[in-house]
Amino acid sequence: MEGVLNAIADAGLTRDDIDGIAAFQIEGSAGVMEVIDEIGLNVRWFANVGIGPSQISAIFEAMMAIETGRARHVVVFHSSCEGTVRTTLGKGGSMPGSATAMPQRVSGPTEWWMPFGAPSAGNHIAMYAQRHFHLYGTTREQMAQIPIVQRRNAGLYEKSIYSTPLTMDDYLNARMITEPFCLFDCDIPIDFSCALVLSADDSTSGLRRRPLNIEATSTVLASRPSWDQFDDLTTMMLRDVGADLWKHTDLTPADVDVAQLYDGFTYIAMAWMEALGFCGKGESGPFIEGGQRISLDGELPINTNGGQLSSGRMHGWGYLPEACVQLWGDGGARQVPNDPEVAVVASGGGIFAGAMLVTRS
Amino acid sequence: MTMYRPDGPGPMRVPPELTSLNREFWTGGFDGELRIRRCNACGKWQQPAAARCRGCLSTDVTARVVSGNATVAAFTINHQHWSPTATTEPYVIAIVELAEDPDVRLTTNIVNCPPTDVRIGMPVSVVFEALADVALPLFEPAR
Ligand SMILES: [Zn+2]
Repeated sequence: MEGVLNAIADAGLTRDDIDGIAAFQIEGSAGVMEVIDEIGLNVRWFANVGIGPSQISAIFEAMMAIETGRARHVVVFHSSCEGTVRTTLGKGGSMPGSATAMPQRVSGPTEWWMPFGAPSAGNHIAMYAQRHFHLYGTTREQMAQIPIVQRRNAGLYEKSIYSTPLTMDDYLNARMITEPFCLFDCDIPIDFSCALVLSADDSTSGLRRRPLNIEATSTVLASRPSWDQFDDLTTMMLRDVGADLWKHTDLTPADVDVAQLYDGFTYIAMAWMEALGFCGKGESGPFIEGGQRISLDGELPINTNGGQLSSGRMHGWGYLPEACVQLWGDGGARQVPNDPEVAVVASGGGIFAGAMLVTRS
Repeated sequence: MTMYRPDGPGPMRVPPELTSLNREFWTGGFDGELRIRRCNACGKWQQPAAARCRGCLSTDVTARVVSGNATVAAFTINHQHWSPTATTEPYVIAIVELAEDPDVRLTTNIVNCPPTDVRIGMPVSVVFEALADVALPLFEPAR
């Protein structure tokens, strides 16, 4: 509730201006009904939205509601108590990456991996990473730059979970989780909430914040929505979203000043770099080698608040707020110095993917 | 038919719910058979099991016995202890491509070899491990 009210106030609106609301609802998260009732909203459009095509699907749905005239100011939010649920249920008590209790029998997609001691998306993403290593010669030292650089960013962010610097030695000596992933390749379950206001193009005068423009989005799916039957295991669904995004804009990858890329596992952020065309297919290892390029003062700063690896697993909802902060120049100590005008936000890995370009209008 | 039996506790395994569609796949191992559904109209293999062919939409789809030969397409050595009752030893989770059609892949475990011996491209063949009323298709290095 607090987050929703704060977002409305930050936009310079009151609850009477809000005529739409949408949430990402999964087990352990708040839905729109309780928020509508608790803060007394009157809405013309509302939606609880699941994960397909991406964790931030509720945002894509809200954009369509605005574009089709169903609403003018939509508040979108996601809050989850996954951190608490995971702690309460104990080891083996919940499905990794969720607040869902462990079932006795499995059906649907989980049927194909839960019998094989592979309960985590991390097991799958690790296999894709291993194949990438095999095909392209990618190394753990290269991949390590994702958590090392992001931890440095997290040290400059007051709400981060981990802020002490991470060294290459720390990384290489860390406990392995599922090879090639060690502890620092995996994000951390937390309790959180996130809320934003989306407004129609013609309804932004008088707002407190400088309006930002969602320039382009993509949510395409061009292969099987399956963790093991997808045609190219190294690219995942990200490949198609990344390529399609640029068909909806005159901007190019070279125009992007700051990138907020899904990092539930390190390799996903690397796969997004390839998918979005910041480097060639298979080249993300050399692209991030040494870490300079993806640092705050590099040519493609990524996950400027530490990402999910250092600031917690917000189910893909931390990236758009951080992109806004950077485009507003409000990043404080973690502000990128290049006066950013274009940000890319990419959420999802495996069979989930959605991306958007955000610009200063 | 000898089933594979791990020494000591294996990985955390949650058995699948059996349905009319998946029963042949999950129980074929009790007869030593890996069974995959195939479209009789166009020949396309179906995985996961489906009532309708994804290729030509025919409903003339039936289970066939395949060779059980496959190739490792991707793998990970799992170290995380997912459940208090599971093994604490590293084990291999892999995605294998079936010899009959490399587009048909199974997520599985590679057994009967040290985890560090597993490589992408390695030929493997099926073995089965009983879990409640199902026979899990696992794979071992091809002999
Ligand atoms: Zn067919």
